[in-house]
Amino acid sequence: MHSFITISHADRRPMYLQIIEQIRHRIAVGDWKAGDELPSIRALAVATQVSVITVKRAYLELEREGVIVTRQGKASFVAENVDLGGQLRREELDQHLAAAAQIGRELALTPEELIERLRMRMTEGRKKS
Amino acid sequence: MTDLAIEVEGVAKAYRFFALSDVKLTLPCGQIMGLVGPNGAGKSTLIRILMSLIHQDQGQVRVLGHSMPEEQVAAKWQVGYVSDDMRLYGFGTLGWHMRFVASIYPGWDAPYAQTLLKRFNLRTEQQIRHLSHGERAKATLLLMLARRPRLLLLDEPTTGLDPVARHELLVELMDVLRDERRAILFSSHNTQDVEQISDQITFIDRGRIIDSSDKESFIERWRRLKLEVPAGVTLPGVAGVVDLDVSGHLATVTTNAHSDELERAYVNAGATLHEVQRMTLEEIFVANVMASRRERAS
Repeated sequence: MHSFITISHADRRPMYLQIIEQIRHRIAVGDWKAGDELPSIRALAVATQVSVITVKRAYLELEREGVIVTRQGKASFVAENVDLGGQLRREELDQHLAAAAQIGRELALTPEELIERLRMRMTEGRKKS
Repeated sequence: MTDLAIEVEGVAKAYRFFALSDVKLTLPCGQIMGLVGPNGAGKSTLIRILMSLIHQDQGQVRVLGHSMPEEQVAAKWQVGYVSDDMRLYGFGTLGWHMRFVASIYPGWDAPYAQTLLKRFNLRTEQQIRHLSHGERAKATLLLMLARRPRLLLLDEPTTGLDPVARHELLVELMDVLRDERRAILFSSHNTQDVEQISDQITFIDRGRIIDSSDKESFIERWRRLKLEVPAGVTLPGVAGVVDLDVSGHLATVTTNAHSDELERAYVNAGATLHEVQRMTLEEIFVANVMASRRERAS
């Protein structure tokens, strides 16, 4: 039924984050549109074989971020937000940049060196496409 | 009517070489609890007490609102118990066992039993004595699941199952939880199964419950911090540190009470925080048991 969410045990991130990311992705690619009803917490837990408490946590987090809204403490819906896709992609980018900044610090790179490396990657990408 | 499937308070049971002591446990309906512990920790003893197969020396046990062992007959209509040492009749076929259980329990769901036969890849005409260990385990689970009991007490249900059967079992267990009035308590060595499907996690070691809480806060509390400690810097004593391992200029801190303040305490002391790692349930389990044993030894 709702087997669109898969949990990987090889993925070191906790299960609730994996669920959040996959729901955001569904919304970002337009499969789930503003106002669409999400599966109930229990139904999604049964469908993915992940505990109710983990799915509940993922939903609470998405609610806090304004990605979904829950009405009367019952059904959850995709929030009305036109640029959700773009916003989510930018948030994702920020996460990757934060990770890059962390590694940069560990390698003792200056901000300029890190930016130069990013510039090189972007030029590479252009050549390929 | 209570909304607690299991309620255990101050339970003790003493044997010559083993004692279960001061056990406190609650499991609300609609939830799954994973019971994790090393060999000989007391998991089976605890489950048998819940099932009134053995009686506690002291303490209160309530199962689906029934006081145990006094009201065990009323409770057992609605409880499904499976353990590794359960025996079926070797010369009976699986079909014979299904008819036998169906004749006793009015809640037997024949169409569901047929679905389970397919899922577990079993046939009714198979004689029990010709089944492999894994097939016998699946047959026992089928006989229990098809009764649709409200509370499932499963002692190591995934042991001996191949990965496909294990997956099918987890699917069935989660399916039980579609109904918010039902609940499951299962023990396992497989922390991955427990981490995946449990709402509540209880660690037991040497007859005592060493930790019990909901899974999300459980996993959220534990972290491993990788620190660089420059010469001349002494790490401060911080509450909630379970293990501190210093080697040269690098230190690994294991905590069961992770917070920003805890990180700041080390940074303020002059250490550099390199990494904050999450821990798998298995890592948490081992760290927890080792810490609890150290504490009790001192």
